[in-house]
This record gives sequence, C-alpha cells and structure tokens, in this order.
Amino acid sequence: MGALNNEILQQQVTGKFGELVTFTGEPYGLLTAETTRENIIDVLTYLKQDSSLQFIYLTDITAIHYPEQENAIGVIYHLHSLVHNVRIRVKVYLPANDVRIPTATVLWNGANWMERETYDFFGVDFEGHPNLVRILNVDDMTVFPMRKEYPLEDPNRVDKKDFYFGR
Amino acid sequence: MQNFPSLNTNTDTNLQSELSTLNLGPTHPATHGVFQNVLQMDGERIVSGVSTIGYIHRAFEKIAEHRPFYQITPLTDRLNYCSAPINNMGWHMTVEKLLGISTPKRVDYLRVIMMELARIADHIICNGVLGVDTGAFTGFLYMMEYREAIYEIYEEVCGSRLTTNVGRLGGFERNFNDIAFAKIRKFLADFPKVLHEFESLFNRNRIFIDRTRGVAPVTQEAALDYSWSGPILRATGVDYDVRAMNPYCSYEDFDFEVPVGTTGDVYDRFLVRNEEMKQSMRMIQQALDKIEKEDPNIFHADVPEFYLPPKEEVYNNMEALIYHFKIVMGEIPTPVGEVYHSVEGANGELGFYLVNDGGRSPYRLHFRRPSFINYSMYADMSRGMMLSDAIINMSSLNVIAGELDA
Repeated sequence: MGALNNEILQQQVTGKFGELVTFTGEPYGLLTAETTRENIIDVLTYLKQDSSLQFIYLTDITAIHYPEQENAIGVIYHLHSLVHNVRIRVKVYLPANDVRIPTATVLWNGANWMERETYDFFGVDFEGHPNLVRILNVDDMTVFPMRKEYPLEDPNRVDKKDFYFGR
Repeated sequence: MQNFPSLNTNTDTNLQSELSTLNLGPTHPATHGVFQNVLQMDGERIVSGVSTIGYIHRAFEKIAEHRPFYQITPLTDRLNYCSAPINNMGWHMTVEKLLGISTPKRVDYLRVIMMELARIADHIICNGVLGVDTGAFTGFLYMMEYREAIYEIYEEVCGSRLTTNVGRLGGFERNFNDIAFAKIRKFLADFPKVLHEFESLFNRNRIFIDRTRGVAPVTQEAALDYSWSGPILRATGVDYDVRAMNPYCSYEDFDFEVPVGTTGDVYDRFLVRNEEMKQSMRMIQQALDKIEKEDPNIFHADVPEFYLPPKEEVYNNMEALIYHFKIVMGEIPTPVGEVYHSVEGANGELGFYLVNDGGRSPYRLHFRRPSFINYSMYADMSRGMMLSDAIINMSSLNVIAGELDA
C-alpha cells in the first residue's frame, strides 16, 4: 500500500469532487478542506470508504461562530486515517438563519453525541439525527450559548452576592 | 458490525409482566461520578437505558474564550482530575505548537515523567475501583498508597496534589529538586512489587475472572465506529496510541510497547491498564536516564515573551518587569491560525482544537474529551446486560465526570 500524504490526498479528493471541495491550506500540517452541506456526506463517505484513503476514525465534530461572516456557523469535522496515519479537517459554513446539515450518524455512531453537543451549543440542526436533543445544558434552555452574541456572565454583578458566602 | 441485542426481552406471553424504571445516579456510589442512567429493567436485566449527563457542566469552552492562554491551564486540570498533569501538558503543547515554540529535550523528558506518573495514578484508581466493584477491596487499598506517593511527587514539583496546574508555556515554573527525583526513584523501586502483588490478587483469581471475562465484549469495528480511544480501544485489539502514532513531547525517543487485548471485554481492559502501568514505569526510568545527559539547569524554553519570569526578577530587573506586564496584560501578538493537537490521555485521545485570531485569548477552544466520546456507547452496550455487569462495565470505561461534561 502506497504511503498517503497531504499532497496525494488533496489530488485524490480533487480528482473525485473537483470544485465541490476547496482546500484552504494545511495549518500546522493538518490538511483543511471546505465543502457545502449538499456534498458533506458524499465527501465523508468517500473519505471513509475509499480503499486507498480509509479515514475510518471520526476524531471530532465541533462548530465555530463568526458573527461577521455571511455564513456564520462553521461545522468542523476532524477525521483520522488510522491505516495511513493521516488526518484531515473538513469544514462546512452555514448561514446563521438556516443552520441545517445532514447528520454523520449514518457513517459513524460516534457522531451521535458529538452532534448533540454541537447542537446544544451552536444550534446546528443535524438533519436525520436519531435523537437531536440537548446533552450538557438543561433541556428548557432556549439559546445556544457558545454563539458569540451570548456573553459570559458579568463577574462584577452584585445582585447574586450573598451576605455570608460572597458569589 | 456488532449488533447490540434489541429491546424486546419480554418474549413470554404473560400479561402481568411489566418493566420497572431504575434511576442509576446522578449520585450513586457505583457510578463514581455525577451522571445518571435511567434504566428500564426486566428483573435484573436491562432492557434499555438513557444516559443523562451534564450535571457538572461548567462551560469551560466559553470561559476559555475570555481567558489569556496561561489562565486556561487551571481549567484543563478540572477535565480529567485523576490525571491532571496530562491535560496541563497537552494544553501547553497545543499553545506551543501555535506559537512555534520548541522545548529543550530536558523539558520534554521531565514532562514525560509527569505525564506517565499521571497515567499510572489514573490507572491505579480505575483498576483498583474495578476490583472494589467486583467485591475485592484489598487490592484497592494496596494500590491507593501509591497514588499518594505520586501525589507527593506532584507536590514536590508544583506544590499541589489533585488539580496540579503544573508547568508553564515553554516548560516548568521551577526546576525539579533533588527530593522530587529521590521520590520518583523510590516510587520506581517500590511500585513494581505492589503492582505484581495486585496482579497476583486478580489476574488468575477465579471469582474475578468469572465476574469480568466475557462481560461487555466490544468488537474492533464497534469500538472504531463509536470513536473509542485509549485503553478500552486497545483492549479490543486496535493498536492506536497517540504516543506511538503521532509522537509529541519526544515520545519518539522512548522504547515502549503498546499493549493490546483481544476481546475488548472488562477483563481485557483491566489487563491492558495493568500492562500500561508497567510500560509507563519503563518510560519514566528511561526519562531519568536521559535526563542525566542533559544540562541540569534547563527547565524551560528560552521564550521570554511567553514564559512568566520569576517574581524576584520582576522586582529587580527592568526587562523581566516589562515581559511580566506584557504577558499578564496580553499585549504580545500571537499568530492567527488553527491548531489541533492531541495527547494520549489516561482515557484516550485528548484533543485541543484551538482557533486563534491573534488576541490574548482563544477565539474558539474545543476539547475533544475521551470520556465523553467513549461513554456514548454505554446505553447501547448495556442493553440486555445484567445490572451488576453494567456496573463493572461502567467502572472499566473509567468515565470521569469532569471530562464528560467539561
């Protein structure tokens, strides 16, 4: 089996998907790709199931919020090919008023809780997820607290101060 | 692909049969942490379960967006508090990777010593408690004494015991003193005998084997499907260890083996953890030997822009005062970029995904917490299991509530 590196990986993915996947560099050695929600499952499926790539291990799913951007919410997948010991990062940016993306639980059961966590904190709607409910925050919470518009509690507020125990 | 048994165990036509609901947790002695499972029981057998977590969620990722880099270390302490030094070092290395700081060899070896001690401490608890849950208290007591020995080493190195906050960007806050080295050597001399004793109490103990072998076996495919990592993944036979696969902190200089199991059951996980403790001791010994050849005065990298200067210098030295001020006020520009760095935590791949916009605190920081990801299979794998088996299965997953919730 030939060794896989970022260059070959980029060529292979580009050969398969052409312009549907753009590569935005390899910060600190980790090849980073960007695609759209229409193609994300195809890309992940290809990366996982192609016999020369075998990104069988889903390391992480998380999200990021850039309120200034048109597509404000980024969903970030980290995959790891345990066979070749190569990692890849795949990003999808979504508009803040329409944060839908198909679920990756069709490929990995491990995506279940990762997507629930991402939903809980960023409100990303993973379509087709078997049980997309909050996981760490209380169920009746109405906001998605990791979005940038929600500040940390003011550490100087006095209304919660207890006479004996302080804050 | 492993098929977990389906929900329906009520095959008899008895109209009287009904399921009972059992709340296991949030505070239950057997869960060893604050998390809950709502189980549907058919007698002693679990029909289905729902894991509820988040009882000690502290919003670390949000807090981290408002803290300078060096103030995030204490937050990482509180993830897996049984092996805090690994989290601390992992965080330091993530930021060093972002900043492009390379650490001297001696710092790397000192870090390896701390991290491997932490791994031993974590495995001592996990395997000791697994013994307790199967009804054998003795082994736990024997081993706990040596967790205390490790905590005394921490104390000598950084002054604290549980939430260590050890090290700084670029190295350590102070050099290891002779007492610390003496305690490490004493630990290396004493602990193997105790570990051997512990193993002789359990490994071929008929009761223990009957209780653990064949309990909660997991196939390699299922483990990878659920993104398992760490000792429980290796117990299934997958030899994925971040230390071997993506060496960090000069792990490539060390000679060690990655123990693997075959069936992925509770017994295999127990054996893998015991073997890992031996490998950790080998690494600590090698690190001590390697340190002999290094300059004994080096304990941090030469990066004055990021390494907090000692207090006496701050008061007497202009340059140190300036750097101290700039570091504390966060006035030193940092590179814009994104980093994923992972270390082999005691429970598996502990990852830090850091996005930096050049400010004094991260734009976004995400912890890939192995306990959180490993635990997601628990409700599925408990289906059809006896309650008592589910309890020791939970012990052997070593779910740490702090790491579960972040």
